Amino acid sequence: MARELEQYLRPGIGVTTFCPGCGEAILLGLILRAIDELQLNMDNMLFVSGIGCAAWIPSPHFNADTLHTLHGRTIAFATGAKLVNPKLKVVVISGDGDLADIGGNHLIHGARRNIDLTIICANNMNYGMTGGQVCSTTPLGALTMTTHQGNPFRPFDLCQLVKAAGAVYVARYAVTQPFAMIKSIKKALQTEGFAFVEAVTPCPVQFGRRNNLGTPADMLKTLMTKCVMKEKAEKLSPTELKDKIITGEFTNGTD
Amino acid sequence: MGLKKVKSTLPAGSYYFSGDEAVAEGAIAARCGYCAGYPITPATETLERLSVRFGEVGAVFMQMEDEIASICSCIGASWAGAKAMTVTSGPGFSLMQEGIGYAVFTETPVVIVDAQRGGPSTGQATRVGSGDIMQAKWGSHGDYQIIALSPWSVQELYDQTIRAFNLAERYRVPVLLMAEEATAHLREIVKVSEEVELVSRKKKAGAPPFGTEENGGVPPMPAFGEGEKLLVTGSTHDEWGFRRITHPEIHQKLVTRLHNKILKHGQEIIHYENYYLEDAAVAVVCYGFTARSSLFAVERMRDEGQKIGMVRLKTLWPFASEVIGDIGSKVKKILVPEMNMGQVVGEVMKYSSCDVVPYNQVNGEIIHPKTIMEQLRRLL
Repeated sequence: MARELEQYLRPGIGVTTFCPGCGEAILLGLILRAIDELQLNMDNMLFVSGIGCAAWIPSPHFNADTLHTLHGRTIAFATGAKLVNPKLKVVVISGDGDLADIGGNHLIHGARRNIDLTIICANNMNYGMTGGQVCSTTPLGALTMTTHQGNPFRPFDLCQLVKAAGAVYVARYAVTQPFAMIKSIKKALQTEGFAFVEAVTPCPVQFGRRNNLGTPADMLKTLMTKCVMKEKAEKLSPTELKDKIITGEFTNGTD
Repeated sequence: MGLKKVKSTLPAGSYYFSGDEAVAEGAIAARCGYCAGYPITPATETLERLSVRFGEVGAVFMQMEDEIASICSCIGASWAGAKAMTVTSGPGFSLMQEGIGYAVFTETPVVIVDAQRGGPSTGQATRVGSGDIMQAKWGSHGDYQIIALSPWSVQELYDQTIRAFNLAERYRVPVLLMAEEATAHLREIVKVSEEVELVSRKKKAGAPPFGTEENGGVPPMPAFGEGEKLLVTGSTHDEWGFRRITHPEIHQKLVTRLHNKILKHGQEIIHYENYYLEDAAVAVVCYGFTARSSLFAVERMRDEGQKIGMVRLKTLWPFASEVIGDIGSKVKKILVPEMNMGQVVGEVMKYSSCDVVPYNQVNGEIIHPKTIMEQLRRLL
C-alpha cells in the first residue's frame, strides 16, 4: 500500500521536512490515500498552500501542480485559478495560523462565496515553523513562546466559524482517526462548493514540549482520549466536555 | 517583442471615454481574461465597466474582499492561464505590495493600475497626486526591478493598458500603470484602430519554468492543468521551482537574472518623447498629467523666443537614465515639476551633470501651465 502511494509523490523527494513525531506527515499520507481511493487524476489537480509547516505537505511533495503562496492568502490565489480554469480540482492545504489568523478574512469570504474549493486545515494549535507562538486556535491557558503565563484568549472553533460563514461541507477529525479522516477528505473532495476539513494534529516539538505533554506517542494517545464524536458529545454535559475535541461532520451539504 | 496583430474588440472609430473606462476597454482589447478588484476612488469606474463588459466577452470579473485578495487571485488566475489585471489607488496599492513582490519572484505576468490620488493615507480621495512613483519602484521588500508606465491622456490609458499586458507577458513581470486621478476621471476622445498588436506567453513543454542559461533571459511559462506538475513558490527556487533557501549561489543567480531581465531590455521597454530639445538651454523633465501643463508652458515660451525643451517619460521604471544623462550634458538647467514632494527629481539628479531644480505641488490640484512658466522664467 505505502509503495503504491509513491506514484503521487514528486520524483526525487526522499524525505519530508517534518519534525520527528509531527502529525502532519500522517495527514500527508491520509490525503494521498483519499485521492488514491477516489482515483483522481493528479494532472488535473492544483494544490495551493500558504506559509507554515502544513503548507509543505503538498509543496514540493505532491506530484501535481502546486502553488506555494504568501502567508494567509491561499484562498484568494485558489479562487483566481479555479475561476479561470473550472476543470482544475483545487485543494488548499495549510495550517491554522495561515488559514484562520492572518488569512481569516479570506477564509470566511471563501466560505460565503461557496466557490468549489476543498480546504484542508492542519490544526496544530500553534505557530510551529516560527518556533511555537500562540495563535487563534491555541487552547486557553496553554504555554507558548509568546504566552509564558498561559494563553489569556479563547480559541476559535474553526468548524463553527466556517459553517456559519456558509461552507457546504464542514468536518473535524484528528490524525488519530485515520479512517474517518480519509472518508471525510473524500467527501470534501467530492463536494461541489466550499468544503472544509479541520485536521487536528500534534506538534510535539513546539507545542507538546512547552506544555509537558510527553513523547510524540503520549500526545497521540492523549489525542485519542480527547476526541469525542459529535453525536456522543451532544449527550454530554459542559463539565464532561471540558478539554474534549468534538469530531465529526458539522454540515455535509444536506443539513 | 513577438507582436501579433488581432482585431480590436471595439469597432474602429472614435469614442468618448473617461480614463477609467479607457483602462477597461484597453484590458478587453488586450484579451485580459481575469480582473479582480476592490472599490476605491478614483479607480472604481474601471471595475464597474468591466463587471458588465467582461460578461459580454467571456472573461471573469471578481470583486474580492480586499486589495490583498485581489492581487493574489490575479496571480492564481495568471498561472491558470489567463491574462490578469487589478485596478486600485494609493491605499489599495499599499496593501498589494507583498503580492507584487510575489509576482516578481515567481515571474507572474500581471497588470496593476494605480489611479493615484493625494496621499499619504486616505488623503484626498477625489484629488490628484503623483505620490506613488517611488512606491512603484521600491514598495515590496527585497531587491527587484519592475516596469511602470505613465500615461498623460485618456488615449494613452487605453494604449498603455494594452502595452502593459504586452510587457507583462513578454517579460513575465508585474507591470504598473501609474495613472492619476486627473486622467482617470477626465473624458476625452479615444481613437480605436482596426487592429491591436498583442504579445502571447511563450510556452515550451518540458522546459524549466524558472530559469534559462541566458543571464537576463525570460523562461517559458506553462499553465496549471497542462501536466507540467508545476512547483511555484515565493521562496528562493531553482529553475524547476524547488525551494533552495540556503544556497548562496542560487539566490544570487536568481535575483541577478530577474534584475537583468528588465535592465538588459531597457531599449525595448523605455519609451519617451522629446520636444524642442535640439537648441534648448533649459529642459523640463516630466511625466503623467504634469507633462500636459509642461508642454503648454514650453510652447508658449517658445513663442516668446525662449530656448526651452522638454522630455516626457512614458516609462518611469526602469528609469530612462541614458536619455536623462544625454539631455543633462547638453542643457544648462533641468526643471522637474511633480505632483509630489520630489520623487523622479532624485533620479534626474543622479544621472545628469547640469543643475536640476524641482518644483513640487501637493495641494490636490494639477500644476497649472502658468506656474510652470513662472518656474522656467526663474531659471532663464
